[in-house]
Amino acid sequence: MVPLSYYLVLSGILFVCGVLGFLIKRNIITIFMSIELMLNGVNLSFVAFAAQWHALSGQVFVFFVMVVAAAEAAVGLAIIIAVYRTRETLNVDRVNLLKL
Amino acid sequence: MTPNPYLWLVPILPLAGAAINGFFGRGSSKRAISTIALVFCGAAFAMALFLAAGFSSASAPYSCHLAHWIRSGSFQVDFSFYLDQLSLVMLLVVTGVGFLIHIYSVGYMWDDDGYYRFMSYLNLFMFFMLTLVLAKNYLVMFIGWEGVGLASYLLIGYWFTKDSAAAAGKKAFIVNRIGDFGFLIALFLMIKHFGSLDFTRVFAAVRTLPTETTGAGLLTAIGLLLMVGAAGKSAQIPLYVWLPDAMEGPTPVSALIHAATMVTAGVYMVARSSAIFERAPMAMMVVAIVGTLTALFAATIGIAQTDIKKVLAYSTVSQLGYMFMACGVGAFSAGIFHLMTHAFFKGLLFLAAGSVIHGVGGEQDMRKMGGLRQYMPWTFATMGIATLAIAGIPPFAGFWSKDEILWKAYSSPNGSWVYWLIGVLTAFITSFYMFRLMYMTFGGEYRGTVTAPETHGHDAHGHDAHDHGHGEPHESPGVILGPLAVLALLSVIGGFVGYGNWFEHFLAPVFQAGGEVSQAAAHEGGTALEYLLMGVSISVAGLGWLLAYFLYSRRPQLPARIAAALGGLYQAVVHKYYVDELYAVLFVKPLIDGSTTILWHGIDQGVIDATANNTATAAREVSDSLRHMQSGNLRSYAGWVAAGGAVVIAYMVWMGTR
Repeated sequence: MVPLSYYLVLSGILFVCGVLGFLIKRNIITIFMSIELMLNGVNLSFVAFAAQWHALSGQVFVFFVMVVAAAEAAVGLAIIIAVYRTRETLNVDRVNLLKL
Repeated sequence: MTPNPYLWLVPILPLAGAAINGFFGRGSSKRAISTIALVFCGAAFAMALFLAAGFSSASAPYSCHLAHWIRSGSFQVDFSFYLDQLSLVMLLVVTGVGFLIHIYSVGYMWDDDGYYRFMSYLNLFMFFMLTLVLAKNYLVMFIGWEGVGLASYLLIGYWFTKDSAAAAGKKAFIVNRIGDFGFLIALFLMIKHFGSLDFTRVFAAVRTLPTETTGAGLLTAIGLLLMVGAAGKSAQIPLYVWLPDAMEGPTPVSALIHAATMVTAGVYMVARSSAIFERAPMAMMVVAIVGTLTALFAATIGIAQTDIKKVLAYSTVSQLGYMFMACGVGAFSAGIFHLMTHAFFKGLLFLAAGSVIHGVGGEQDMRKMGGLRQYMPWTFATMGIATLAIAGIPPFAGFWSKDEILWKAYSSPNGSWVYWLIGVLTAFITSFYMFRLMYMTFGGEYRGTVTAPETHGHDAHGHDAHDHGHGEPHESPGVILGPLAVLALLSVIGGFVGYGNWFEHFLAPVFQAGGEVSQAAAHEGGTALEYLLMGVSISVAGLGWLLAYFLYSRRPQLPARIAAALGGLYQAVVHKYYVDELYAVLFVKPLIDGSTTILWHGIDQGVIDATANNTATAAREVSDSLRHMQSGNLRSYAGWVAAGGAVVIAYMVWMGTR
């Protein structure tokens, strides 16, 4: 049996990768993927704890997160396509119409 | 008390005239404006005569309840009017003299651009003055009191494009405010202690109180505060300074408001409050002293004035002093008697002076008049009658009333030979400066320029001067001379109502309602003494005339030499004892400086404005530094979020490891 701490460390690594990717990358799609990475990092810690404590609620929660993430992906990609059609770029630094 | 359903019409009629002329007068013809003003004012006079005809002591006083006003618990003030012997005298004087001056104004102001405005203001003044004299309680009286102040302000500043006129209007209004302050506090005291402002109820409550001999008490306080109000309205020391300046107004205004009616409102108010004053001997004494000093003080200033209207203005202040002297010694009816005769002869003097000013093309300086007797015989005759009246030459009106006051000042229980002596001295000075005015104006040779000056002085009319083509003095038209003649007649016969003390007996129900006026005792002093004092006052009047004749007719060079010999004293009198300058240094300048440095720069700009401004500045500067966080860069926001999350986690880890 793999110890809990391994899962948690992996989960932390995944989350930090997501955060760094979000902060560093400029491409909207990469940023979007980084967000998914952070979500999955969190999911991993949920299922790890659920298996450790034999509590089903963690598993259930992960399903909820995956459903929301799927919905988010659908809407988010649609927005990205819309942005690309109007701005012809995916660089977030250039999507700044609302800035003063 | 008999209800009278018509009483309220008397003040309302002039108000209607004022409203019609004020709202629709601008486009109307002068004929229509005159008709409206005269008809409504004349209707008020007719109503007054109608009321007087039906007036009988048996059914008096009349009262008229118009509407509720303030109803708060047991405290009630209503719009209601009241007519007793005292208000009847005032009513007849105000409407009668007022109507004559309205007629005069038609002639005098005809060529003025603001004619409709003038007539409207005059009618408005009549409304407020009638409200004042017909009020049944102090608060309605106060409406009239403030209203006449407003009308006075509007009419003094009638030629408002002239700085001095606008300033004089403001001065009158502000000085009157000081007096009104005293009047108002007196009213508050009445409300607090008597729970009413109704004359009958207040006086009934006052009569249950004992006489305050020590000079410290409620009635003394009320009396003194009422006197402050009266001193403001009636131009007594120390608040008389506005009246001479008020001569900036058109001459009919000076005659109506600043001689015959409004300035006597203070005397009326003191007489009306006689019940209060009779129980406050100290307040009475203050009234008498203020009146006596004012009479002498103003008369001495009148000697050296060269502006014909200024002489009359100081003369008015002086005569009002006589009235207060009478009230102060308890001779209220004598004060009201003098008020009435003064309204006739002083109104006449002003109207005649207006006629003179009109005749010489707007000149008011007596040094540039002279010899007008041959040019303006009617004005000369009427003004001469008024001068004889004010000087106290029998049998003219002023003799009767002034003699009554002097006799009462000597013989009344509250009187003293000091009052009498100063009164006689003032009578001498009065006679001197009035005949001086006559000789300077009508005697000798004409000293003005005969070519018509293009720029007219104060009461400029232009019209007549242009018609004649040359500036030779000329007699005024009939519309001006008519009122002069009527007032001259009244100045001759008006005093005879005092014959055999008829006037005093007529007013007795008002002043003796308290049952304490001890005039009867005064009459036991012996008629021989009364005739002796009468002889003295007649002879000083004659002496004043002789002196004026000698100095200004026989030896016209002498006055200048005397003035030079007196030097500083003469200069002080010419400059009105520097009272205006003194007030400027004592009150006006400290007030302006204090307001500027402390209130304006210090408190308003330093505290109030600074609070608002500094709050705004602080908010702007803080936001200025904070707005750099809002870069618009998405990843910097994410960085802040991540940093914030890291801080929270670090804090929790740190808390967990403690």
